[in-house]
Amino acid sequence: MDISTQYLGLDLKNPLVPSASPMMKSLDSVRKLEDAGAAAIIMHSLFEEEISHEHEEVMLLMEQQELSHGEGSHFIPTYEDYANGLDAYLEQIQRLKSTLEIPVIASLNGISLDGWIDNGRKLEEAGADALELNVFFIATDSNQSGAEVEDRYTSLLRELRENVSIPICMKLSSHFSSIPHLVKQLEINGAAGVSLFNCFYQPDISTDTLQVIPTPPSSSETNMLLRMRWIAILYSQVGLSLGVTGGVKNGNDALKFLLAGADVVQLCTILFEKGPEYLAQILTELKVKMEQLGFDSISELKGSISHNAVKDRQAFERAQYFRHLTVRGR
Amino acid sequence: MSTPRTTIIDGNEAAVWVAYLTNEVIAIYPITPSSTMGELADQWSSEGRTNHWGSVPNITEMQSEGGASGVIHGALQAGSLATTFTSSQGLLLMIPNMYKIAGELTPTVFHVAARTVATHALSIFCDHSDVMAARTTGFGILASGSVQEVMDMALISQAATLEGRIPLIHMFDGFRTSHELNRIVMLESETVEAMIPRSLVQAHRDRSLSPEHPVIRGTSQNPDVFFQAREQVNSYYQRMPEVVQKAMNHFAQLTGRKYRLFDYIGNSDANRIVILMGSGAETVDVTIDQMNAAGEKVGAVKVRLFRPFDSKALFDVLPRSVKQIAVLDRTKEPGAEGEPLYKDIVTALAQNQSNHEFDQQINVVGGRYGLSSKEFTPGMVKSIFDELAKPEPKNDFTVGIYDDVSHKSLDYDRNYRVSVVKGSMSAVFYGLGSDGTVSANKNTIKIIGEETDNYVQGYFEYDSKKAGAVTISHLRFGPDPIRSAHLVETGEAALVACHQPQFLLRYDMLAQAAEGAIFLLNSPAPAEEVWESLPRLYQQAILDKQIELYLIDAYAVARKTGMGARINTIMQACFFAVTGILETNKAIEVIKVAVEKSYGRKGRKLVKRNHKAIDESLHQLHKIDIPESVTSTQEQPPAVSKNAPPFVQEVTGEIIAGRGNEIPVSLFPADGTFPLGTAAYEKRNLALAIPVWDTDLCTHCGKCPLVCPHTAIRSKIFNQSLLVDAPRSFKSVAVKGKDFPQGTMISYQVAPEDCTGCGLCVEVCPIRSKEEPDKKALNMLTQAPLLEDEKESWSFFTTIPESDRSLIKTSTIKGAMLLEPLFEFSGACVGCGETPYIKLATQLFGDRMIIANATGCSSIYGGNLPTTPWTTNDQGRGPAWSNSLFEDNAEFGLGFRLSIDHHALVARQKLSSFKEPLGEEFCDALINADQADESGIWEQRQRVDLLKQTLKKIGTPESGELADLADYLVHRSVWIIGGDGWAYDIGFGGLDHVMASGKNVNILVLDTEVYSNTGGQTSKATPRGAVAKFSAGGKPSGKKDLAMMAMSYENVYVAQIASGAKDVQTVRAFLEAESYAGVSLIIAYSPCIAHGVDLKNALRQQELAVKSGHWPLFRFDPRRSERGENPLTLDSKEPSIAYRDFIDTEARFSFLGRTRPEIAEEHLNKSQSQVIARYRHYQQLSELQVEED
Repeated sequence: MDISTQYLGLDLKNPLVPSASPMMKSLDSVRKLEDAGAAAIIMHSLFEEEISHEHEEVMLLMEQQELSHGEGSHFIPTYEDYANGLDAYLEQIQRLKSTLEIPVIASLNGISLDGWIDNGRKLEEAGADALELNVFFIATDSNQSGAEVEDRYTSLLRELRENVSIPICMKLSSHFSSIPHLVKQLEINGAAGVSLFNCFYQPDISTDTLQVIPTPPSSSETNMLLRMRWIAILYSQVGLSLGVTGGVKNGNDALKFLLAGADVVQLCTILFEKGPEYLAQILTELKVKMEQLGFDSISELKGSISHNAVKDRQAFERAQYFRHLTVRGR
Repeated sequence: MSTPRTTIIDGNEAAVWVAYLTNEVIAIYPITPSSTMGELADQWSSEGRTNHWGSVPNITEMQSEGGASGVIHGALQAGSLATTFTSSQGLLLMIPNMYKIAGELTPTVFHVAARTVATHALSIFCDHSDVMAARTTGFGILASGSVQEVMDMALISQAATLEGRIPLIHMFDGFRTSHELNRIVMLESETVEAMIPRSLVQAHRDRSLSPEHPVIRGTSQNPDVFFQAREQVNSYYQRMPEVVQKAMNHFAQLTGRKYRLFDYIGNSDANRIVILMGSGAETVDVTIDQMNAAGEKVGAVKVRLFRPFDSKALFDVLPRSVKQIAVLDRTKEPGAEGEPLYKDIVTALAQNQSNHEFDQQINVVGGRYGLSSKEFTPGMVKSIFDELAKPEPKNDFTVGIYDDVSHKSLDYDRNYRVSVVKGSMSAVFYGLGSDGTVSANKNTIKIIGEETDNYVQGYFEYDSKKAGAVTISHLRFGPDPIRSAHLVETGEAALVACHQPQFLLRYDMLAQAAEGAIFLLNSPAPAEEVWESLPRLYQQAILDKQIELYLIDAYAVARKTGMGARINTIMQACFFAVTGILETNKAIEVIKVAVEKSYGRKGRKLVKRNHKAIDESLHQLHKIDIPESVTSTQEQPPAVSKNAPPFVQEVTGEIIAGRGNEIPVSLFPADGTFPLGTAAYEKRNLALAIPVWDTDLCTHCGKCPLVCPHTAIRSKIFNQSLLVDAPRSFKSVAVKGKDFPQGTMISYQVAPEDCTGCGLCVEVCPIRSKEEPDKKALNMLTQAPLLEDEKESWSFFTTIPESDRSLIKTSTIKGAMLLEPLFEFSGACVGCGETPYIKLATQLFGDRMIIANATGCSSIYGGNLPTTPWTTNDQGRGPAWSNSLFEDNAEFGLGFRLSIDHHALVARQKLSSFKEPLGEEFCDALINADQADESGIWEQRQRVDLLKQTLKKIGTPESGELADLADYLVHRSVWIIGGDGWAYDIGFGGLDHVMASGKNVNILVLDTEVYSNTGGQTSKATPRGAVAKFSAGGKPSGKKDLAMMAMSYENVYVAQIASGAKDVQTVRAFLEAESYAGVSLIIAYSPCIAHGVDLKNALRQQELAVKSGHWPLFRFDPRRSERGENPLTLDSKEPSIAYRDFIDTEARFSFLGRTRPEIAEEHLNKSQSQVIARYRHYQQLSELQVEED
């Protein structure tokens, strides 16, 4: 059985790719993932905001180091070999590259154009095989149109494309009015793939303190079906790679996404819960299921139940259950 | 010989560089100004740096200098090369061991940054009183006078001690040499190898104690033999000077730098000579060059080896022409016929009279100079030579002060200057301890020293404040080595830089400017208006001296380039641009490289911002056209109000204004006694923003005055009738709560010129506006537009009478905060975590407190001149305060108690014989008065007043005796206050003993978890994994549980508190502790800048410390045991957040994670389980059933 696939121009031995989680910080865990059969890994995101925050902290510390009086010229001994988050990330890429045989995809989250480009270049220099851009932008200005928002994505991609030569994948949110149009534009502007969808912390309000508090994404945010629909819709309309991330728990789930048209299926929470070794179990389940269904290869099954491939295309278009019933009633 | 390697370092680094290289065991303990030596040794060791023989020296911090000397004694006896570093009181604590080490002929070198020993006052500055106090120990004493000499003598002394077996003190002047940056030639490894032969090291090891060849050393001896055995050492002492000279000669062969035991400088036919040791000799050196060039015949002897004193070596260098000698001692030995060096010289000359060394009679006089780093200038040197030219020169003179009491001081020419070498320049920079001026100047010195052929010198002066400390940097550059060991003098500076515009109204900075100097001013004034913004004094000086004025708005540049409030690199770039020391582009390039070096690894963004700021500063630098005449009428205001008492105006005010050097002897008290309440006269105006009270929102909880570190926000209640005189801006509102009569108003008022703007009051304010959630009942607003109104309001507020203490419910925060604080406006850091506790204690008990204060932060912000924050109430009562030492504070405070108890006992005994005239009931009431609360105290004071009146009427000698003691019948609250360095380490033995005494004393430990005052060194209170000085690699062991130790006595009241986490518990603990008639110990968590946190978050940090279990809150009250209850009450809940969530917010911990993540993680895991285990342990103890008897 041939379970190899292609993603962002990279040849992968199978479609299971562990994605961004704290697990990627530990060399030991990553090795276990590779041993369990991971086809590539996507590192945790390098957050420009975090790096900036760290800079501010260092600034503060440096300022405090200069708080001096007659008896103390500074207070905390400082070292030259101070490691910041960016250095640690770059070193981790290098370590992973020298340890693993599978491709390493770096993930980046920027807040400024300079930050995206500078850091993107550094990730490439450190040896990343591809770059996933973990983009999110919350449009809060009523004067800003959807087209303008999408333009931010495409122009960011264009800028990066000019500065980085490794394949670039855009990780998107589901909050767009026309996902296929956006993805097409991204393809035109040089994206090698998209990954659906990222999910964010959401603001909540504490009635104790009357403060706004960030809250982890709810389970609906990691809804598998939402992703399945869009993969299926995109499959026949675009040529770039399609990755899916969110909610996959077993080989059966993975197979569904592949049938819908995904090139890879990313795994996160399940591995975090059950340990890196569990990837082997999912891979086995996938293979068993493929065998049961009579598929010999991933290429054979990929997209076979996508939007264009099914007779009832509306199955992927329906938004209301009652409409479904009505149609059937006819 | 290849070009010698030069570097720019200070004296401390020069000494420790050699000490580290040539030793195996180093025991350290912090004391200013020698702490840096220990800090560097610790840091190098944690970095794995090796000594000359390839091993990493063991660096061990001890609990005191006494402990350090004990460790060194042991290490030496066990065969290691061992050393230590110290100063002042630290050296005194080593004396017992030094007798032993010397008595056993054990080679070692103690490197001493000489510092004044505390007498009528403590001083961190330099004189030789410490070294002179150790001169009888048997240690030799070798003196260095410059940074280069420190490095050289450090090695020479190490070589000589190994050969001659006499241990040595290697001394150099504290601050002047220990902290002076200078360009020096480094020693090469071959030089060290040649100077320290391995055979001598082996010989030392061979003498060590070893079970392989055991001996006994340190016996007890009796009258029959001790004396003879003691005389056996003589030959070693006789030989030692020769050994030292031999080492010097060997060193000269290796390096070309020649030294003698006594170095003569000056005219070979000199008739007038001064003899001295230390850095003062360098100033003498430059002065006599000029005097001899002017045709005089003067010379000087620099004393290198003071002990063993070799008079022959002295006579070898003294010119035979000498007629008059002045011996200068940098110490005072009251009651002696002269100071030590003077007496040695006199003795040497007298003893050698029979040798006919000299044909003529030589007259020797002695004088004192430079006590506590008093300046010693060429003008003073000249005055000494002038005095020697008189027929009868004054003996026992002083120089540098005006002594109008005993008239011993020499007058000197304040305008006498040594001429400036062509191509050299001096510069002074006025900045703040917080604005980076000092670090920028250190950097500038490095750049000039490394990028040009210039020699460089940098010396940094600080005032005694911690918040808003003023720094003056004195820099000299030139083609020749710089020897002047004194500050840049009046009229000397080719550049004066003012980094803070507010200094224009406080200091006469241009007094130091030379003719044609440059004045670099940081001011927000636009270029076209800056001239008008200058006070008259400045305009006049600029015109008189033809000064060039350059303007930069450094804060605007900093804001624009994302540098926040950091102006250091901006001012540095301007300095290079205006002076042209380096070609500007080159200068900019090297500053940028220096920035990269400093911040490169830590953050590229920082580097970028700095680079941007440097470029931008050049664009914003303006040369100002100077008008032809003075136009300003603005005068500098007096330092203190004209309404201040005479002493405050004549002494305090002059010190504040920077003219303390000019105050004559007669104006000072002879015994170090000063009046209280003077901080209120020093209006420092540090706050950019101050809290503004919203009367509508406020619920009068009292939290804001409680947390204020500077007592700058206060609350008072008063009858509304008082408002008739209130200024328009004054705010008050009817007080909430049933405890107050109708018509009672409350006011929360800020002292706008005393507030430091830390914002803690706003942080703690629990009330938010419903309409505008960001608005609280207190909000920080820009100070400037509010200042005049708030000053007027504050002034009115101070006239409102204090509340009747007996009517206030002190157990509530609101109530306690209505009490008058008797500790205000201290010089503590912005956001200090210690001062709120002290202030609270004075509110509750201030009118009856007597305080023993250990040396440390609290003794500096509490007792460092010019002003004192301790103050009195309107009856003139208040805390009586004293600082004895660092190590003896608990004992000192116990002494207070014993003395008070004794007097009170005698008073009560005497009362019994007055039962008839006074009435039995009255006497019994006096003797048995319940003084447990405010009304009890008030009633007893009434009785004592009546007693005194009655006794006066009786008018017998006996009644007079009782009247003298009558005040002791009022309860006196003894407080023993200090930091963790004192309580956990150096003073622990005494503290423990006092705890065991059962006496009625209250001990307040302000626990910052480091030695804060000396710059943040590790104490036994430092938590595991925290990076501190002396634990550069993170402290490996956990924090000592002082509370648990105290509880083991069972009769000690113990409370662990954190007012920012639970203020009610804090107040309760203070009230309980004070009311307990035995020993009480309060351990108070005190956030500190050494934690690497912004202290505006001090309250949050306390909360995190408590919630994470780092700082459990509890009270242990032995009275509860007596009532059959469990004495321990746990006041905080089980840890509710991860320990990581606490430590991630403090750089002292998180820094380790950035440098050594694995070790940091290991420490974290241990600490996490330990805090939980400790909490559970306390919980179990608090839940134990108390068995009934």
